Amino acid sequence: MPEPILQLLLIPLIKIVVLLVVVLLIVAYLTYAERKILAYMQVRLGPNRVGPKGWLQPVADGLKLFVKEDLVPGGAEKLVFMIAPAIVMVPALVMFAVIPFGEPFQIAGMTVTPYLADINIALLFILGVSSLGVFGIILGGWSSNNKFSLMGGLRSAAQMVSYEIPMGFAVASAVLMAGTLSMVGIVEAQRAAHIWFFLPGILGFGIYWVCGVAETNRNPFDLPEAEAELVAGFHTEYSGMKFALFYLAEYANMMIVSAMAVVLFCGGWLPPFPNLLAGLWALPVLAWIPGAFWFLAKMSFFLFCYIWFRGTFPRYRFDQLMNVGWKWLFPLSLANVMLVALGVLLLKG
Amino acid sequence: MMNGPERPLFDVEEMEISFGPQHPATHGVLRLQMKLDGERIVEAKPIIGYLHRGTEKLFETMTFPACIPHTDRLDYVNAAHNNQGFCITMEKLLGISIPPRAAYLRMILAELQRLASHLVWLATHAVDIGAITPFFYTFRERDEILDLFEEYCGARLTLNTMKIGGLPFELPQGWLDRCAKFVDAFPAHIDEYETLLTTNRIWKRRTIGVGVISPEDAINMGLTGPPLRGSGVEWDIRKVFPYDRYDEVEFDVPIGTNCDTYDRYLVRIEEMRQSIRILRQCLEKLPEGPIMAKAPKVLRSPEGMVYGSVESPKGELGYFIVATEKGTTPYRCRVRPPSFVNLQALPQMVKGSLVADMMAVIGTLDIVLGEIDR
Repeated sequence: MPEPILQLLLIPLIKIVVLLVVVLLIVAYLTYAERKILAYMQVRLGPNRVGPKGWLQPVADGLKLFVKEDLVPGGAEKLVFMIAPAIVMVPALVMFAVIPFGEPFQIAGMTVTPYLADINIALLFILGVSSLGVFGIILGGWSSNNKFSLMGGLRSAAQMVSYEIPMGFAVASAVLMAGTLSMVGIVEAQRAAHIWFFLPGILGFGIYWVCGVAETNRNPFDLPEAEAELVAGFHTEYSGMKFALFYLAEYANMMIVSAMAVVLFCGGWLPPFPNLLAGLWALPVLAWIPGAFWFLAKMSFFLFCYIWFRGTFPRYRFDQLMNVGWKWLFPLSLANVMLVALGVLLLKG
Repeated sequence: MMNGPERPLFDVEEMEISFGPQHPATHGVLRLQMKLDGERIVEAKPIIGYLHRGTEKLFETMTFPACIPHTDRLDYVNAAHNNQGFCITMEKLLGISIPPRAAYLRMILAELQRLASHLVWLATHAVDIGAITPFFYTFRERDEILDLFEEYCGARLTLNTMKIGGLPFELPQGWLDRCAKFVDAFPAHIDEYETLLTTNRIWKRRTIGVGVISPEDAINMGLTGPPLRGSGVEWDIRKVFPYDRYDEVEFDVPIGTNCDTYDRYLVRIEEMRQSIRILRQCLEKLPEGPIMAKAPKVLRSPEGMVYGSVESPKGELGYFIVATEKGTTPYRCRVRPPSFVNLQALPQMVKGSLVADMMAVIGTLDIVLGEIDR
């Protein structure tokens, strides 16, 4: 087989399939983990009927949603109603293309990169694509012809738009420190700097994480689907697989936000404490463990935080949410960018 | 639409939205017809009657003791007070005074029921504001209370546990010890809920200054219970018109100062602590003796009208009974449910606030539709 075909077609195809399967599997089991962890936080047992300890629960859920009748409300805008879940789901999956899960390794004399693409504008790509998802939510809410859905969609739009700005600035602070927009480049920069960026950029990291939680519409910022007020928000009228797509997209977005936090601020696939443990016995051992493990471990921590928040916090009110976004996070993130820029200028000359 | 120079830049229309009766957060089948300006509530009108079962009319067709099981179904998270209110009113009518042991046992049951009811309130109130975890903690403790009830009378929810003239059953063996154990353990659990909510910044921002009702308005509307006490009016039927033996136990009536949802939350939390205090005293003072007063098998009423009320967890629960000479059934029985009266404050409390505040207000009024519609 000629080399270019192998390199350009076959390997990426295999990677895409593997990536999709792995991501969807993680997403499915993330729902299981959420239910289980929440249950233990709330003195319950969680799913434990399907399979040993309920491990097959996500499969059962998926199956149920798959064979469920696909209802379209009478007054709905049919076409828009149909494509809205896809508009939400596709960007959520596409973003995984640029997430570096580990460092390149050798197999049978070939270098395999555990990421689909290392493009030099990866961060811009993610920020751009992620803001497409909101269209699906607005359209889904609007096309349902339900006032509760519409309000959910509007809230979601306002929320995502206003939190994208401080998030962008927070990301920019990491970019300033790394000097590149490539995801791989940012991780390499942290290796070269011997420090993860969340230490010098602690403010930016905090802003990023708050905005990330808000972007994914999760507690305490889960207003668009606040069940007490808006029943289920924008996806009130959705059922079956279309609902499942919204649901999966939410969890995929959680993964993206967590993965971004890992790459930008927590050293990506690098083993922990690159500078503190240097020279200690632990370092070679930690370095021997594959990078993908560290990446997933760090990502799991952030995902756990999501679930933890959900078990702990009440929900913000809409106006309070806007206040937090515009009056606090926005000026704070601006100041942070300037601070970091100044620091970079002084340190790097 | 307006014409001329006053015409706004955009055509703005109020959105009419029918909220409920099958909405997950309206605590039953309450329906609210709302006019919204964006997220702001211009007008909210409660529409009730979806759970109307004609209880008051039913009372007229059955003998006095047969009414009691039907009172269970009025405020179904709070059966003991419904029984107690009816029994007290009937005893007033018939001139029966119940033995002290029965009175103390009634107080124990009533205070346990108050705890159970407040736990349901806290659970649903917190869920409405987005905190899901307190729900499971409170229901864990509520279950222990229900276990105690089950052991005593066999039922967990619709207790039917009081009789005109006393109580139907003596306590099972060891019940008092188990009750005392629960009473000792419970204050720590209240602290647990408070850790999750009382100082939580989001909880405070969602409740402080929300659903304000002035003491004057509260009195004029006839609010009772925590909604009234949250507005700083010290009014508790147990204190002002003591029934059973509430005059023999010591307890405080907590009141709020800011008239808002947060104060009503604090009032109810403190009420739980006071209930524990009452329970402790009752368990200590519980006298020996009969549990039934001497009452005829078939109750025949004198002619007359009588009103009796108890302090249910939601407010003043009153029964007004009109009886005919030698009658065995009420000629007319009107129930004064606290939720029904408290609900009428809702339109004023939510006017001009956001949709999300309405959830907080519905939660803080602690309404039960079974009682409102009867």
